Amino acid sequence: MEFFERFAIPHPSPIIYASMVAIGITLLAIVAGLTFFKKWGYLWREWLTTVDHKRIGIMYLISALLMLFRGGVDALMMRAQLATPDAQLLDSQHYNEIFTTHGVVMIIFMAMAFIIALMNFVVPLQIGARDVAFPRLNALSFWLYFMGAMLFNLSFVIGGSPSSGWTSYFPLAGNEFSPSVGTNYYMIAIQIAGIGTLITGINFIVTILKMRAPGMKLMKMPMFTWSALITNLIITFAFPVLTVALAMGTMDRLFGTQFFTTGNGGMDMLWANLFWVWGHPEVYILVLPAFGVYSEIISTFARRNLYGYKSMVASMVIISVLSFVVWVHHFFTMGQGAMVNSIFSITTMAIAVPTGIKIFNWLFTLYKGSIRFTVPMMYSLGFLPIFTIGGVTGVMLGMSAADYQYHNTMFLVAHFHLVIIPGVVFAMLAGLTYWWPKMFGFMLNERIGKWAFWFISIGTCVAFFPMFISGLDGQARRMYTYSESTGFGFWNMLSFAGAVMLAIGFIIIVYNIYYSTRYASRDIGSDPWDARSLEWATSTPVPEYNFAEVPQVNSSEAFWDSKYNGHKLFSGKLKEIHMPNNSGVPFIMSSLFFVLGFSFIFSIWIGVAIALLGIVACLVHRSFEQDHGYHIPVEEIEKTESELRGGK
Amino acid sequence: MKLDHSQPLEYSSEQGRLNILGFWIFIGAEIMLFGTLFASYFTLEGRHGSGPSGAEIFELSPVLIETILLLTSSFTVGLAVHAMRLKNKKAMMTFFIITLVLGAGFLSMEIYEFNHYIHEGAGITVSAFTSALLTTIGTHGLHVTLGLFWGLFILIQVAKRGFTPETANKSFIFSLYWHFLDVVWIFIFSFIYLKGMM
Repeated sequence: MEFFERFAIPHPSPIIYASMVAIGITLLAIVAGLTFFKKWGYLWREWLTTVDHKRIGIMYLISALLMLFRGGVDALMMRAQLATPDAQLLDSQHYNEIFTTHGVVMIIFMAMAFIIALMNFVVPLQIGARDVAFPRLNALSFWLYFMGAMLFNLSFVIGGSPSSGWTSYFPLAGNEFSPSVGTNYYMIAIQIAGIGTLITGINFIVTILKMRAPGMKLMKMPMFTWSALITNLIITFAFPVLTVALAMGTMDRLFGTQFFTTGNGGMDMLWANLFWVWGHPEVYILVLPAFGVYSEIISTFARRNLYGYKSMVASMVIISVLSFVVWVHHFFTMGQGAMVNSIFSITTMAIAVPTGIKIFNWLFTLYKGSIRFTVPMMYSLGFLPIFTIGGVTGVMLGMSAADYQYHNTMFLVAHFHLVIIPGVVFAMLAGLTYWWPKMFGFMLNERIGKWAFWFISIGTCVAFFPMFISGLDGQARRMYTYSESTGFGFWNMLSFAGAVMLAIGFIIIVYNIYYSTRYASRDIGSDPWDARSLEWATSTPVPEYNFAEVPQVNSSEAFWDSKYNGHKLFSGKLKEIHMPNNSGVPFIMSSLFFVLGFSFIFSIWIGVAIALLGIVACLVHRSFEQDHGYHIPVEEIEKTESELRGGK
Repeated sequence: MKLDHSQPLEYSSEQGRLNILGFWIFIGAEIMLFGTLFASYFTLEGRHGSGPSGAEIFELSPVLIETILLLTSSFTVGLAVHAMRLKNKKAMMTFFIITLVLGAGFLSMEIYEFNHYIHEGAGITVSAFTSALLTTIGTHGLHVTLGLFWGLFILIQVAKRGFTPETANKSFIFSLYWHFLDVVWIFIFSFIYLKGMM
């Protein structure tokens, strides 16, 4: 029995036991459902082994939405606990675990997955490509991310969740102060998902640089593709830093090395520096694709081409460079001295310039446009003012002297939520609604969508504006309770009301998906928004080969030009199409990574050895395998195309 | 498959060209990885705690032998690619085998060296300095180890299948990887060992 004791929850409560039962029942229900409806084969053939970027995008999307709800429940529990002074809903340990998992889940497993979902689905279509450069690696990326996410979520019911914050600062995260396996989960689950993300980065850079349709020069790429290119460059150069930091943290915890310890020369600040050398670029990894989504949506629904294309590109490049030289602003108060703080203050504030350029470009795109107030457009318009408030308070935080007042208060919490929610979450919801018809062949209901928008945007303001005030009054972040005499009670109650509004907004979105799936019209054509870029030039649903014929491109809005300016996208001559074969290896290999990670977390060395052997076997198999894919003959393309255009 | 015969074999297919660019970008990520390790090492270099310093444990001769072995192997893998361009399978395989043997020699010297450090009381858990030292060099050593197996598999494929666009592509990419490990070693030799011994 001693072996099994390590899997016990160190700090259990009835809620955790209840969720154990719930998770068990859900798993059983899924297995029973798949067996009953005889869907195992379908699941394996069509999804688990797929290398199609569209399906991988949809799997990322589903995972991201699941994680959104996991992280959202964490958020609600925190706001409920803080709603009244001296509340007893959660104790300090549970509160610590919840804010830690909320941060990790939302950043690494929700936001990252959401942007990669949209990139996967949209980028190859926008550049007129058949798939990404390395379809099988793409599947591996997804499954590694997925297994990392599952592993992390398991911590809640097996062994205990991490509780040292999403930043996991040492020495708090070291064995002495975090003796449970929670922080092992943090180190290893993020490591596995991070490897997947790095592979995505390399894959998309090659795809965008090498697989664009003829005529699409770099400066003729749609803005979302530009943002994806810059984002993936940042991913490729930032994630290896995280890889090293996590490896060192893992070694400190499991093998007794001295990187971040407080004795024998270890340096805890090294972790803080490495973490934020990755962590700050990570912020821009999240927000740049969001900027790309807004650029597409604003120009589509203002019915104008994007204002200042070149300055949009230049500002993204500048942001990507600056993102690597600002990391110290996350810990101005941790002893660098005035000189270093001043330098990083200046670089931090400099980022406001290219970001401001982008805001003005969107405003000028809207100026004299004929605006259609669709759901994606409403999110984009809501983003502009709320994000600006979040951004301006960021400049306030960037002033290192003033930061001594704001540091680690609710003011900071308000700031970063007011950039991340309008910056990333609004963009993802906008992008989801915008590209939904291309993904699934029907549109989400506009009226219900607008209800969700108002709940979410007003809820965001109500939830986070009060934190500016309570933060300036001195409420520290990550405190699980406060006394009545502090006077924070009113503001926190207001925040709780906002959080409930946000929750209602997300429930309305779920209802919208259900409602539209049942009742929405399937007869929407291939271009329901009257859009401008290439992804709308192929039929809906998108055939597995994307485009029957590779389009000829003349501008960043080739599809718009083909509709209104007489540009000819297709010549009508079909050729046979080369396609990659499906493969189960990415899924199997990632499952072995799951076993490897789990065994590492609990120091089960036999499991580590077996999983490593399995992973090596997968690599050897891949090395010796000869897989040339298959060809779709012209007759079959013609048949598919005429079916898709169905009697038109 | 469409082949472009004006290019060397490894560049002749579309997938081959994508693979090579992808690998260059991967090397970019690897530079960041080793860059982070070096930055951490330089930060922790002087923090010996109660353990020994670099000057107390470094020995020039094994390190010099390792350097000569690895640098030579980088040269021979270049000769292997040259032989491949000349379509000389036997010469290519010979140089490839020499490369792997030299790599294995490097690795065994490194294992000897690590053993020596542990006997000198400089195990990985002793101080921040030894942790950073052994992790940085160990990561390079791990890369060499993976490279040895990977190279062996490619060698078997060349022997069985001859020069095809795929095997040529794999061999070429392997040579990029091997040269890269050589470059990393030059930095390790100069900025860890030589600097540490001064």
